Amino acid sequence: MSEVDKKKSPARDASPGSVPAPRDASDDAKEFLSVRNLSVHFDTDDGLVKSVDGVSFDLKAGQTLGIVGESGSGKSVTSLGIMGLHTSERARIGGEIWLDGEELIGAGPERVRKLRGQKMAMIFQDPLSALHPYYSIGSQIVEAHRVHHKVDKKTAKKRAIEMLDRVGIPEPQRRYEDYPHQFSGGMRQRAMIAMALVNNPRLLIADEPTTALDVTVQAQILDLIRDLQKEFGSAVVMITHDLGVVAEIADSLLVMYAGRCVERGTAEEVFYQPQHPYTWGLLGSMPRIDREQTERLVPVKGSPPSLINVPSGCAFHPRCPYADVPADNITRTERPELKPAGDGEGHYSACHMTREQRDRIWTEEIAPKL
Amino acid sequence: MAAYIIRRVFAAVLLLLVVSAVTFAIFFLVPRLGGQTLDSMAAQYVGKSPDPDVIAAVKKNLGLDQPLYLQYWHFIKGIVVGAEYQFGPDPVTCNAPCFGYSFKTHTEIWPQIVDRIPVTLSLAVGAAVIWVLSGVATGVVSALKRGSIFDRLSMGVALAGVSLPMFFTGLVVLAIFGNGEYVPFTENPLEWAGSLVLPWCTLALLYSALYARLTRAGMLETMGEDYIRTARAKGLKERKVVVKHGLRAALTPLVTIFGMDFALLLGGAVITERVFSFQGMGAMAINGVTTADLPKVMGVTLVAAFFIVLCNLLVDLVYAAIDPRVRLS
Repeated sequence: MSEVDKKKSPARDASPGSVPAPRDASDDAKEFLSVRNLSVHFDTDDGLVKSVDGVSFDLKAGQTLGIVGESGSGKSVTSLGIMGLHTSERARIGGEIWLDGEELIGAGPERVRKLRGQKMAMIFQDPLSALHPYYSIGSQIVEAHRVHHKVDKKTAKKRAIEMLDRVGIPEPQRRYEDYPHQFSGGMRQRAMIAMALVNNPRLLIADEPTTALDVTVQAQILDLIRDLQKEFGSAVVMITHDLGVVAEIADSLLVMYAGRCVERGTAEEVFYQPQHPYTWGLLGSMPRIDREQTERLVPVKGSPPSLINVPSGCAFHPRCPYADVPADNITRTERPELKPAGDGEGHYSACHMTREQRDRIWTEEIAPKL
Repeated sequence: MAAYIIRRVFAAVLLLLVVSAVTFAIFFLVPRLGGQTLDSMAAQYVGKSPDPDVIAAVKKNLGLDQPLYLQYWHFIKGIVVGAEYQFGPDPVTCNAPCFGYSFKTHTEIWPQIVDRIPVTLSLAVGAAVIWVLSGVATGVVSALKRGSIFDRLSMGVALAGVSLPMFFTGLVVLAIFGNGEYVPFTENPLEWAGSLVLPWCTLALLYSALYARLTRAGMLETMGEDYIRTARAKGLKERKVVVKHGLRAALTPLVTIFGMDFALLLGGAVITERVFSFQGMGAMAINGVTTADLPKVMGVTLVAAFFIVLCNLLVDLVYAAIDPRVRLS
């Protein structure tokens, strides 16, 4: 089993120049977005920052992938990489990104620009700073539409008002003229979503879309994204550090740590049978309303690692309470591969512990406390 | 909006009154606090051998013997309705707007100012066009090609431009190209421009260097904003991202600075006018100061203050037009 699947797992040492792992051709038909061995490194004065270091995943149309991890784990860098938005000359991007059968990293920037906003769109964390303060909401949506469609201003305006109405902005004809500062936080994010969806993109990347919003508004925005996804059949990548958000919306999950994927699988698998100590830590630090609040939340101890000097072996070993469970100090010397982990076929984790060791710790030590 | 403008104009008039009162006090009150007597002030206008009778006559003619507030009132009234000055046997009529009467040169101040404003205005407008265009263009390219040879070279030149004093660059330009006479625009537009090219460029060098650095800093900051990323995420062409989304926001703070710089120049580009021997407002101010011709200095000061107040009002209006978050109320 591991022999077959090894072929699919990303190469261990991903550097920008390395040859990416071969892709399984039969996947092409089904997968709308395939990321293979993506690496995004930044050349800085202090050294090479490996923000994303060999991440792979697939996403079908109509499905939602949640990418979770702490700040600095490479979630946003991954999403910006897919969009081709790393404009810094210091960014080194490697691997492959297949969008609907088209490879993006090797494609010219002009080609990727044409896909941006049309086939793939993105919404950002803080809608106030992501919207231009000097242009009205309506004109910003019209601009997004007219980049990719040769229509006159009147048609574009009609389309923009339609979109504002669709995302639930009351009196869209009037609010069309308003500026971002005249909108509330939730409305701004709705407007952002309207702008992103104005060209019916088939891939929507949402980078922490609810983080800057009130809790009551968060649920509304998530509902909206889910509804629109059903309506348009788009693939959604939801980036968040909030497991509650992905629990509500994601079909599959990708857990990132220090620029690497440590666990991926269906949302159900990752939530109910997590196979990586870091995922356990994330679950343990998540507040839950359905349990008695007798104990304090348990944070993942330590702080995120430097991306210039990533810890040797398993990047998580300095913070892992079970780093000494595998024998021979292997967690400190050898980088764990992403291997099939749980019962499900697509469930992978990068941990040196054996399945038996993990299952024992999960059932005996972790699960009872959650 | 209209109410706002009316209110601002009203405030501007009030401000000018304050400025005129302060200027008036500096010239007519401060010397007396400093120990000068009315006689010694009047004696300045008499000549080398003061004769007490003549001094008394001058004192009366100038109104120096009246209370200060009456003198000020007389001055302000003159601006609105004109005034009469008693000088020698016959009274001299000074038509409105009367900004005073020079007893040194026996001339009214206002016609001199009217004569000189076109010179200063030509100098300031032309230089401003050059420095804004060249400064902003250089700043934008420098910011986009940060760290490139162009960036380093232009920022080096800019540093030199900011550091070199006007009287140095002006004199160098003069030594190389020689001097030309100012030709009024109405006489011959082509020669007008020709006569102004050198002063324009000299003056613009100083400012465009500053504006290039400010634009570069503004662009670097703006291009890192989230809304620029959004603009790119829409699939906009890079040129549109830079100009429509980046530059517009980066230029906003420049509007304020430009309003101030331009207004100050309208009050007289003192050194430039001096170096190129132009008879503008700045030259008039220097002339007034060196000859202790107080009404002349008062006149120039008030006109300069007027331009500053006016430009500030315009800046506020332009600002509101650029940035919708600024509400005029």
